[in-house]
Amino acid sequence: MIPGLADPPIQSSRGFRVLMQAMARPGTIQRLNLTQPPALGPAAGSVLLLLADPTTPLHLAGDLPGLAPWLQFHAGSPLTGPEGASIAVGRWPDLPLDLLPVGLPDYPDRSAMVIVELDRLDAEGPRLTGPGIRGHASLSLPAIAPFRANRALFPMGLDFVFTCGDRLACLPRSTRVEAA
Amino acid sequence: MSDYNFAYLDEQTKRMIRRAILKALAIPGYQVPFASREMPMPYGWGTGGVQLTAACLTPDDCLKVIDQGADDTTNAVSIRKFFQRTAGVAVTQATREATLIQTRHRIPETPLTEDQVLVYQVPIPEPLRFLEPRETETRKMHELEEYGLMHVKLYEDIARHGQIATSYAYPVKVEGRYVMDPSPIPKFDNPKLSDCPAIQLFGAGREQRIYALPPYTQVVSLDFDDYPFEASKPDHDCDLCGASDSYLDEVITDDRGGRMFVCSDTDFCAGRVRAGHAGRLAGRNKGAAA
Repeated sequence: MIPGLADPPIQSSRGFRVLMQAMARPGTIQRLNLTQPPALGPAAGSVLLLLADPTTPLHLAGDLPGLAPWLQFHAGSPLTGPEGASIAVGRWPDLPLDLLPVGLPDYPDRSAMVIVELDRLDAEGPRLTGPGIRGHASLSLPAIAPFRANRALFPMGLDFVFTCGDRLACLPRSTRVEAA
Repeated sequence: MSDYNFAYLDEQTKRMIRRAILKALAIPGYQVPFASREMPMPYGWGTGGVQLTAACLTPDDCLKVIDQGADDTTNAVSIRKFFQRTAGVAVTQATREATLIQTRHRIPETPLTEDQVLVYQVPIPEPLRFLEPRETETRKMHELEEYGLMHVKLYEDIARHGQIATSYAYPVKVEGRYVMDPSPIPKFDNPKLSDCPAIQLFGAGREQRIYALPPYTQVVSLDFDDYPFEASKPDHDCDLCGASDSYLDEVITDDRGGRMFVCSDTDFCAGRVRAGHAGRLAGRNKGAAA
């Protein structure tokens, strides 16, 4: 079994501050390397260990060999289909975005967070504007249309964490996306 | 060293709060329900802010705690000691040195930076609560963006007093969507909420709500075209440091009508005194500005 966090209180406090900065400043690329999970990069594994526990049903999309038992051991999250997920993780083509919960009009927080493992993550490409962004930012998103549709649902919608190796960037539902 | 887990709360509780913080940042101004814990201090003493601070604090942080602008009042001192003991973090009274600032009812005068997090203690998070006591109704009003009642309240202020008399907890609209209570900060501080480089987190422990403003978020104080919002303050200069642009507390000095006005932000005031600025009563009462 690959280890999780060696010193959970300290490592997760530092890790969460990185993740919070990423979510508060959409499009900024941060580094997060707390663990090396099976099938995914260190950043995706770190975000999972920071947020997942027995109260967060997880949806693992696509073929992620060895990840389910690793998460079972370190986080204890129940696995679920996409409809019941509070966290979903996978590669971009495998994620069933249309099936994940986007929250309710009176409880928009009852939505899923989506961790997307990408092959490339750079500060170039589609243009991002909105809360947390001074002027505009750029991020190499895997598509544009799904994120525009997601923004149109605001205040409902999905929040995305893009990961690539030990790097991550966030795209909350509040961010407007345009072609570069 | 203490036998507490780092920053007092257990890891599962911190994860729950951290998930709520991320949702709050993704939906600026929306109040995210969270499973607030009992803390070793009474409700009303900043248990919401303390839980946010506990979930955000790292060993590398330098913590500042203020109560109505002051670093040296009971609430600020006890919370600062709490985290010194349970997290072992460095503490400061200087706004510039702090990486995380927990505040009750003020925003520091010194402009905040991108490297800082501001945590507010919130008593009543729901801006519509005194107009509509039912949570089911206020939730519906937020869902439908039905904020007419708030404008009626401000209008009644004008009808009764000739001006908008709301002077603290002045309602704001966040990014054109949610009406939000900025906690009982004076309306003098409202302009500092908008386009702020720092992350702003709001925690209400008893009411079990967390909400947030990401950096550079547009926050507009509600008003009318013919009665525009005005960030008012007492029409005086600070009697200790002479500042004309800071928020002032009125202090009664005797029983014959004597009074003085001093900066509510003690760090700001002391810094100006150190830099050689002097107000009307500077030096009269030795040590008053220390």
